[in-house]
Amino acid sequence: MMPSVAEDRRAPRIVGVEFPFGHAFGVAGDRAMHRRVLELALRVLAGAQAFGTRVDLDVEWPVPLREAYRSWQPKEPSPIVKRLLELRNG
Amino acid sequence: MVVDSYKFLPRSFRPYYEGRGPFPGEEGPVWAPFAKRLAESKIALLTSAGLHHEGEQPAFDLDRERAEPDWGDPSWRSIGEGPVGVAHLHINDADLLADPEIALPAKLLAQLAAEGTVRAAADNHVAVMGYQERSLAGWRETTAPAIVAFLRDQQVDGLVLAPA
Repeated sequence: MMPSVAEDRRAPRIVGVEFPFGHAFGVAGDRAMHRRVLELALRVLAGAQAFGTRVDLDVEWPVPLREAYRSWQPKEPSPIVKRLLELRNG
Repeated sequence: MVVDSYKFLPRSFRPYYEGRGPFPGEEGPVWAPFAKRLAESKIALLTSAGLHHEGEQPAFDLDRERAEPDWGDPSWRSIGEGPVGVAHLHINDADLLADPEIALPAKLLAQLAAEGTVRAAADNHVAVMGYQERSLAGWRETTAPAIVAFLRDQQVDGLVLAPA
Protein backbone atom coordinates (compact mmCIF):
# COMPACT_ATOMS: atom_id res chain seq x y z
CA MET A 1 0.00 0.00 0.00
CA MET A 2 2.97 2.30 0.59
CA PRO A 3 5.70 0.71 -1.54
CA SER A 4 7.86 3.84 -1.54
CA VAL A 5 8.02 3.63 2.25
CA ALA A 6 8.95 -0.06 1.99
CA GLU A 7 11.75 0.97 -0.39
CA ASP A 8 12.95 3.65 2.03
CA ARG A 9 12.98 1.13 4.86
CA ARG A 10 14.98 -1.38 2.83
CA ALA A 11 12.45 -4.14 2.24
CA PRO A 12 14.25 -6.63 0.02
CA ARG A 13 11.32 -7.44 -2.29
CA ILE A 14 8.20 -5.31 -2.70
CA VAL A 15 4.81 -5.68 -4.33
CA GLY A 16 2.99 -2.36 -4.59
CA VAL A 17 -0.80 -2.23 -4.48
CA GLU A 18 -2.86 0.95 -4.69
CA PHE A 19 -5.41 -0.17 -2.13
CA PRO A 20 -6.77 1.53 1.01
CA PHE A 21 -5.22 0.66 4.35
CA GLY A 22 -6.43 -2.58 5.89
CA HIS A 23 -6.92 -4.18 2.47
CA ALA A 24 -3.52 -5.57 1.46
CA PHE A 25 -5.03 -8.31 -0.69
CA GLY A 26 -8.01 -6.41 -2.02
CA VAL A 27 -11.75 -6.04 -1.71
CA ALA A 28 -13.52 -8.17 0.91
CA GLY A 29 -14.94 -11.26 -0.76
CA ASP A 30 -13.13 -10.73 -4.08
CA ARG A 31 -11.21 -14.01 -4.25
CA ALA A 32 -9.92 -13.32 -7.78
CA MET A 33 -8.31 -10.07 -6.62
CA HIS A 34 -6.79 -11.76 -3.55
CA ARG A 35 -5.32 -14.43 -5.82
CA ARG A 36 -3.78 -11.87 -8.18
CA VAL A 37 -2.01 -10.17 -5.28
CA LEU A 38 -0.83 -13.33 -3.54
CA GLU A 39 0.37 -15.00 -6.75
CA LEU A 40 2.33 -11.87 -7.65
CA ALA A 41 3.82 -11.73 -4.14
CA LEU A 42 4.92 -15.35 -4.44
CA ARG A 43 6.46 -14.75 -7.87
CA VAL A 44 8.40 -11.77 -6.54
CA LEU A 45 9.44 -13.69 -3.41
CA ALA A 46 10.88 -16.56 -5.43
CA GLY A 47 11.89 -14.77 -8.62
CA ALA A 48 13.42 -11.43 -7.64
CA GLN A 49 17.08 -11.35 -8.55
CA ALA A 50 18.32 -8.52 -6.36
CA PHE A 51 17.67 -6.35 -3.32
CA GLY A 52 15.07 -3.65 -3.86
CA THR A 53 13.04 -5.40 -6.53
CA ARG A 54 9.64 -3.70 -6.73
CA VAL A 55 6.70 -4.78 -8.85
CA ASP A 56 3.50 -2.73 -8.79
CA LEU A 57 0.14 -4.36 -9.44
CA ASP A 58 -1.90 -2.53 -12.06
CA VAL A 59 -5.29 -2.86 -10.41
CA GLU A 60 -7.47 0.15 -9.66
CA TRP A 61 -9.50 0.16 -6.43
CA PRO A 62 -13.10 -0.27 -7.58
CA VAL A 63 -14.58 2.32 -5.23
CA PRO A 64 -14.63 6.10 -5.79
CA LEU A 65 -11.61 7.71 -4.13
CA ARG A 66 -13.50 9.92 -1.71
CA GLU A 67 -15.58 6.99 -0.46
CA ALA A 68 -12.57 4.67 -0.20
CA TYR A 69 -10.55 7.36 1.57
CA ARG A 70 -13.23 7.74 4.20
CA SER A 71 -14.14 4.11 4.63
CA TRP A 72 -10.72 2.74 5.60
CA GLN A 73 -10.40 5.19 8.49
CA PRO A 74 -11.54 4.26 12.01
CA LYS A 75 -14.69 5.83 13.38
CA GLU A 76 -12.62 7.54 16.08
CA PRO A 77 -9.16 8.96 15.40
CA SER A 78 -6.36 6.78 16.74
CA PRO A 79 -4.74 8.02 19.98
CA ILE A 80 -1.70 9.48 18.22
CA VAL A 81 -3.84 11.22 15.61
CA LYS A 82 -6.11 12.57 18.33
CA ARG A 83 -3.05 13.98 20.09
CA LEU A 84 -1.68 15.56 16.90
CA LEU A 85 -5.05 17.14 16.15
CA GLU A 86 -5.23 18.54 19.67
CA LEU A 87 -1.72 20.00 19.31
CA ARG A 88 -2.57 21.48 15.92
CA ASN A 89 -5.84 22.99 17.12
CA GLY A 90 -4.31 24.36 20.32
CA MET B 1 1.84 1.89 -13.91
CA VAL B 2 3.49 3.13 -10.69
CA VAL B 3 1.50 2.83 -7.48
CA ASP B 4 0.82 6.12 -5.67
CA SER B 5 1.93 5.27 -2.14
CA TYR B 6 0.03 8.20 -0.66
CA LYS B 7 -3.28 7.93 -2.51
CA PHE B 8 -5.31 6.99 0.55
CA LEU B 9 -3.26 8.82 3.17
CA PRO B 10 -4.52 12.13 4.61
CA ARG B 11 -2.37 14.86 3.06
CA SER B 12 -1.26 16.20 6.44
CA PHE B 13 0.27 12.78 7.27
CA ARG B 14 2.39 12.58 4.14
CA PRO B 15 5.44 14.35 5.61
CA TYR B 16 5.58 11.71 8.35
CA TYR B 17 6.23 9.04 5.72
CA GLU B 18 7.67 10.55 2.56
CA GLY B 19 11.41 10.49 1.93
CA ARG B 20 12.35 9.33 5.41
CA GLY B 21 15.01 6.94 4.16
CA PRO B 22 16.28 3.95 6.11
CA PHE B 23 16.52 3.76 9.88
CA PRO B 24 19.96 4.79 11.17
CA GLY B 25 22.34 1.87 10.89
CA GLU B 26 20.10 0.07 8.40
CA GLU B 27 21.30 1.72 5.21
CA GLY B 28 22.70 -1.43 3.62
CA PRO B 29 20.84 -3.90 1.41
CA VAL B 30 18.76 -6.66 3.01
CA TRP B 31 18.86 -9.81 0.99
CA ALA B 32 18.55 -13.56 1.22
CA PRO B 33 18.33 -15.52 -2.02
CA PHE B 34 15.33 -17.77 -2.49
CA ALA B 35 17.02 -20.92 -3.75
CA LYS B 36 14.16 -23.40 -3.93
CA ARG B 37 11.38 -23.65 -6.45
CA LEU B 38 8.06 -22.37 -5.14
CA ALA B 39 6.55 -25.80 -5.75
CA GLU B 40 9.11 -27.20 -3.30
CA SER B 41 8.63 -24.47 -0.70
CA LYS B 42 6.60 -24.03 2.44
CA ILE B 43 5.22 -20.51 2.77
CA ALA B 44 3.87 -18.50 5.69
CA LEU B 45 2.05 -15.19 5.90
CA LEU B 46 2.46 -12.26 8.28
CA THR B 47 -0.08 -9.48 8.66
CA SER B 48 0.18 -6.27 10.66
CA ALA B 49 -3.61 -5.97 10.93
CA GLY B 50 -3.75 -6.90 14.62
CA LEU B 51 -5.52 -10.25 14.16
CA HIS B 52 -5.85 -12.67 17.05
CA HIS B 53 -7.95 -15.70 17.92
CA GLU B 54 -10.65 -14.15 20.04
CA GLY B 55 -11.27 -16.00 23.29
CA GLU B 56 -8.09 -18.06 22.87
CA GLN B 57 -5.47 -15.31 22.79
CA PRO B 58 -5.29 -11.88 24.37
CA ALA B 59 -6.03 -9.04 22.01
CA PHE B 60 -3.24 -6.53 21.36
CA ASP B 61 -3.06 -4.02 24.19
CA LEU B 62 -5.16 -1.12 23.00
CA ASP B 63 -5.80 0.27 26.48
CA ARG B 64 -2.12 1.00 26.95
CA GLU B 65 -1.94 2.60 23.51
CA ARG B 66 -4.87 4.84 24.44
CA ALA B 67 -2.99 5.88 27.58
CA GLU B 68 0.37 6.17 25.80
CA PRO B 69 -0.31 7.24 22.20
CA ASP B 70 3.35 6.89 21.17
CA TRP B 71 3.35 3.22 22.18
CA GLY B 72 2.14 0.25 20.14
CA ASP B 73 1.91 -3.34 21.33
CA PRO B 74 5.04 -5.16 20.04
CA SER B 75 3.78 -8.68 20.75
CA TRP B 76 2.67 -11.19 18.11
CA ARG B 77 0.08 -13.92 17.66
CA SER B 78 0.12 -17.31 15.98
CA ILE B 79 -2.82 -17.54 13.60
CA GLY B 80 -4.10 -20.98 12.66
CA GLU B 81 -7.57 -22.09 11.67
CA GLY B 82 -10.59 -20.56 13.31
CA PRO B 83 -12.31 -17.22 13.70
CA VAL B 84 -10.26 -14.11 14.36
CA GLY B 85 -10.80 -10.78 16.02
CA VAL B 86 -9.10 -7.49 15.17
CA ALA B 87 -7.35 -5.12 17.58
CA HIS B 88 -6.04 -2.11 15.68
CA LEU B 89 -6.98 1.51 16.41
CA HIS B 90 -5.70 2.95 13.11
CA ILE B 91 -8.00 1.28 10.61
CA ASN B 92 -11.71 0.56 10.22
CA ASP B 93 -11.98 -3.15 11.03
CA ALA B 94 -15.38 -3.81 9.41
CA ASP B 95 -14.01 -5.38 6.21
CA LEU B 96 -11.32 -7.28 8.14
CA LEU B 97 -13.92 -8.84 10.40
CA ALA B 98 -16.14 -9.66 7.42
CA ASP B 99 -13.28 -11.23 5.46
CA PRO B 100 -9.90 -11.70 7.19
CA GLU B 101 -8.51 -13.01 3.91
CA ILE B 102 -7.99 -9.38 2.82
CA ALA B 103 -5.18 -9.22 5.38
CA LEU B 104 -4.11 -12.84 5.84
CA PRO B 105 -5.20 -15.06 2.93
CA ALA B 106 -4.50 -18.35 4.69
CA LYS B 107 -7.32 -20.23 2.95
CA LEU B 108 -6.14 -19.00 -0.43
CA LEU B 109 -2.54 -20.00 0.31
CA ALA B 110 -3.74 -23.47 1.35
CA GLN B 111 -5.60 -23.65 -1.96
CA LEU B 112 -2.43 -22.68 -3.86
CA ALA B 113 -0.65 -25.46 -2.00
CA ALA B 114 -3.36 -27.93 -3.02
CA GLU B 115 -2.94 -26.78 -6.62
CA GLY B 116 0.83 -27.26 -6.44
CA THR B 117 1.89 -23.62 -6.77
CA VAL B 118 3.69 -24.00 -3.43
CA ARG B 119 4.55 -27.24 -1.63
CA ALA B 120 2.77 -26.30 1.56
CA ALA B 121 1.25 -23.49 3.56
CA ALA B 122 2.37 -23.10 7.15
CA ASP B 123 -0.12 -24.48 9.66
CA ASN B 124 0.28 -21.31 11.68
CA HIS B 125 0.83 -17.83 10.33
CA VAL B 126 1.74 -14.62 12.19
CA ALA B 127 -0.11 -11.46 13.15
CA VAL B 128 1.27 -8.29 14.67
CA MET B 129 -0.22 -4.86 15.27
CA GLY B 130 1.29 -2.43 12.82
CA TYR B 131 1.46 0.72 14.89
CA GLN B 132 4.73 0.62 16.85
CA GLU B 133 6.77 3.05 18.87
CA ARG B 134 9.56 4.59 16.83
CA SER B 135 12.61 2.87 18.28
CA LEU B 136 11.12 -0.56 17.59
CA ALA B 137 13.02 -1.76 20.66
CA GLY B 138 10.56 -4.53 21.56
CA TRP B 139 10.58 -5.67 17.97
CA ARG B 140 14.34 -5.84 17.66
CA GLU B 141 14.94 -7.57 20.99
CA THR B 142 11.99 -9.90 21.35
CA THR B 143 9.35 -10.01 18.64
CA ALA B 144 11.40 -10.48 15.49
CA PRO B 145 13.68 -13.21 16.93
CA ALA B 146 10.64 -15.03 18.33
CA ILE B 147 8.84 -14.93 14.98
CA VAL B 148 11.93 -16.18 13.15
CA ALA B 149 12.24 -19.09 15.60
CA PHE B 150 8.52 -19.84 15.23
CA LEU B 151 8.81 -19.98 11.44
CA ARG B 152 12.00 -22.05 11.53
CA ASP B 153 10.32 -24.56 13.85
CA GLN B 154 7.69 -24.99 11.14
CA GLN B 155 10.44 -25.35 8.50
CA VAL B 156 9.08 -22.41 6.53
CA ASP B 157 11.08 -21.47 3.41
CA GLY B 158 9.53 -18.08 2.68
CA LEU B 159 7.39 -15.41 4.30
CA VAL B 160 5.00 -12.93 2.70
CA LEU B 161 4.67 -9.83 4.89
CA ALA B 162 1.48 -7.85 4.37
CA PRO B 163 1.18 -4.41 5.95
CA ALA B 164 -2.21 -3.22 7.04
